[in-house]
Amino acid sequence: MPYLVHSPEDRAAMLAAIGVRSMDDLLVDIPTSLRIPKLDLSDGLSEFETMAHVTALAARNRLYPDRLTFRGGGVYRRFVPAAVAAVTSKPEFYTAYTPYQPEASQGTLQAIYEFQTLIAELTGLDVANASLYDGATAVAEAAMMARTHTDRTEVLVAGYLHPEYLEVLRAFGEGRGIKVRRGSDPGPKTAAVIFQQPDFLGLLVDAKALTEAAHGVGALAIACVDPISLAVLAPPGEYGADIAVGEGQQLGMHPSFGGPHVGFMACRRELVRRLPGRLVGSAHDAEGRRGFVLALAAREQHIRREKASSNICTNHSLCALAASVYMTYMGPDGMRQVAEVSFERAHVLAERLSALPGWELAFPERQFLSEFPIRVPNAPAVLRKLARKGILGGLNVQRWFRELKGVLTFTCTEVNDPMSIDELVQAVSA
Amino acid sequence: MSEPLSFESSRPNAPAPRLPASGVEGKARLDALPREMLRSRAPGLPRLSEPEIMRHYSRLASMNYSISEQFYPLGSCTMKYNPVANEAAAALPGFAGLHPYQPEETVQGALELMWRLEQALCAIVGVERVTLQPAAGAHGEWTALRMIKAYQHSKGEHRGEVLVPDSAHGTNPASAALSGFTVVEVSSGEDGRISLADLKSKLSSNTAALMLTNPNTLGLFERQILDIAELVHGAGAMLYYDGANLNAFMGICRPGDMGFDAVHMNLHKTFTTPHGGGGPGAGPVGVKAELVPFLPTPTVENSDGHYTLNHKRPQSIGRVRSFYGNFGMLVRAYTYIVAMGGDGLTQASRDAVLSANYLRVQVQDDLDMPHDGPCMHEFVASAQNLSHEGVKALDIAKALLDRDFYAPTIYFPLVVPEALMVEPTETESKATLDAFAKAIKEIVAEARTNPQKLHQEPRNLPVGRLDDVAAARKINTYLQGLSEDPILRWKAPS
Repeated sequence: MPYLVHSPEDRAAMLAAIGVRSMDDLLVDIPTSLRIPKLDLSDGLSEFETMAHVTALAARNRLYPDRLTFRGGGVYRRFVPAAVAAVTSKPEFYTAYTPYQPEASQGTLQAIYEFQTLIAELTGLDVANASLYDGATAVAEAAMMARTHTDRTEVLVAGYLHPEYLEVLRAFGEGRGIKVRRGSDPGPKTAAVIFQQPDFLGLLVDAKALTEAAHGVGALAIACVDPISLAVLAPPGEYGADIAVGEGQQLGMHPSFGGPHVGFMACRRELVRRLPGRLVGSAHDAEGRRGFVLALAAREQHIRREKASSNICTNHSLCALAASVYMTYMGPDGMRQVAEVSFERAHVLAERLSALPGWELAFPERQFLSEFPIRVPNAPAVLRKLARKGILGGLNVQRWFRELKGVLTFTCTEVNDPMSIDELVQAVSA
Repeated sequence: MSEPLSFESSRPNAPAPRLPASGVEGKARLDALPREMLRSRAPGLPRLSEPEIMRHYSRLASMNYSISEQFYPLGSCTMKYNPVANEAAAALPGFAGLHPYQPEETVQGALELMWRLEQALCAIVGVERVTLQPAAGAHGEWTALRMIKAYQHSKGEHRGEVLVPDSAHGTNPASAALSGFTVVEVSSGEDGRISLADLKSKLSSNTAALMLTNPNTLGLFERQILDIAELVHGAGAMLYYDGANLNAFMGICRPGDMGFDAVHMNLHKTFTTPHGGGGPGAGPVGVKAELVPFLPTPTVENSDGHYTLNHKRPQSIGRVRSFYGNFGMLVRAYTYIVAMGGDGLTQASRDAVLSANYLRVQVQDDLDMPHDGPCMHEFVASAQNLSHEGVKALDIAKALLDRDFYAPTIYFPLVVPEALMVEPTETESKATLDAFAKAIKEIVAEARTNPQKLHQEPRNLPVGRLDDVAAARKINTYLQGLSEDPILRWKAPS
């Protein structure tokens, strides 16, 4: 059987060493009425057959090429340097556990410390944590920090936050007595104002004004940010937001049907003790050598139990490693170039699409970076037309927002070469 | 050996990567955006060339112990071999390249895989349905408790307490608190199992659920599980299964048959998805029929081989994660289950129990054994017998690191002083177990003759014991505004 190591002789020798006659003697504590004769599953397969089966399932999916994917909505195609997989597929990284023994886990710990620094630099905030599950749960965790910090119960969601993040926020909030409201008028009960920059539709919001509105009523400002955009946009730390969260998929992770990716979170110094999850800090040994350890563990579930700042234990460390490799590979100049190329291509696409008869930008007065909403005649027909040419067209956002009837959001990145833009425009013009 | 931080090796003029030029001429200019919207200075990311980056990470990798190189007997963590075929499956472009918002008819293979994985997990743990959404075990616990709460509300009941044994994982009480419950601790009896008398005294009409790990964190099967279930259900409460220790009995018995109403599973433990130095994992939750209406959205439905995502579930607790869970981990776990089959999974659990008992017997004369055998897939020893010598569980852990073994889980469960929790798993050979037992014997002998030496281990690793107390003090100073070095990140020297 695959992956098992004992021979029948080993098993016999081990039973003898234990001093029992059979396996059943080791299972005596299990009531006999609970024992099952066998699992209701097929017998195992060879690796060849297993992979043939799994590959056949993969083949039942339609794979849109990167360059012909113009759909975003929270998950984006981007160029992933080969360096990322080369590092994350090192078994020393991917088959290690949470670094409970620091001396034997310095690789993971230093990588997380670098990730925390990279995220803090990118967001312009003081301290970042070791990672969270995804952008949605990062928003929810930030709301819980605000709930505890302000001892207020309302969380105000301003503008177009990713609808799935909003749903997760509602589900999380219920247990902690958080009332989630959509609007832009914080009041004395507001614990936090949450906004997304750029928002779910790709539009830039007035982050500074929203932050000031939050602070005006003593609430925290939580910015949900796109990490690539931060190569060019003012980071939350510059406009005074208290917590920055976001989804890190664009930092070197493939779409993978939505996961695993990585949530990130950074905050101001005053809030560090309320951060959920792991934090790595630097320390020294008796000989003065620098190393890295899990720090401020007294916030965490394994110490604080029911009083912990969050229940998170396993996080998304390997995805954070991917993001670190990506950011280190790109550096500030590479990240900026990626953001600029995406901006320029997306704007050219927007110009060309909005020139088509019946097509118009949904919010022509608003600025955007690399994703934009456009109202089209007969959205389903447009998408079908594109699919026939092998193109994954814009995302139909009416599914979540009734007021956005006929609106598709298109996204353009460095993987959508100029010719792919021509193909897209031709396909919808035909 | 030490490795500078990427930030420390950064050079202002290191070549930037070559990336595509935009190749289009448009009217819009990024620098035409309002100034206050733009960054005032570039983010402080390091500037390094690719060769330097690759060496940096290779050197960091060499500073890690991992299951690929070392025995990793971390109790309750089930560090077993991570099959490389799983990685190949998850990397298939037909999975890795899928956008989550593709039309359903273009992702039938992905949905079928999720549906088949759900069926397999239902069969293994004995439940009606499984949600694959939760990203980790703790996330699964919280999801299940939300379902239990919603179910009880639907019956007009408002139960406010969750019972948790004193030997439970820390995530149990944390998840209960996060779900809006008050946590009530139930004590363990002399035999290391939950005290029925204490359980009875804590159960009331205000009890929503009992969270239980079985075998418990001492590696002991809760013999009276059927009585426990009857008591809990008799009080109108539900029984929750923490699946951290599911590796003990696949194909031998099932939590559903024991009376558990909700069951979480850790795909990164039992089902071999790699732990990644702290995730990503996946924490699916299985439920009995009465909880099915409350499952998070979306669920995967199969109608005659056509698969759909069901977002319309009126009683659902809502969405617990974006998209459809950690899909890449689901592919890995499914691949493992297909390769192992029912026969392989059963043998895996039997071998896990066999290995744990074998190792327990090998070291039972060297360390204290607070509870009598047999154990299931793990056992808890105690270093209390070395207290005269001033040797602690921590010293044994560090001495093991020096002998090229990862350490057991230490100081957990909290009910055993100086605990060493050992889980060998089914993928370690008898020779490895023998070598580990021999190392324990040597360390204990050293503790008797030269305990001082043990306090100075590890010596063979990139760093010795790190002074985390001093680090915590410095962090405090920073948090109080008395220093500008956060310790939790690198800062350019000013």
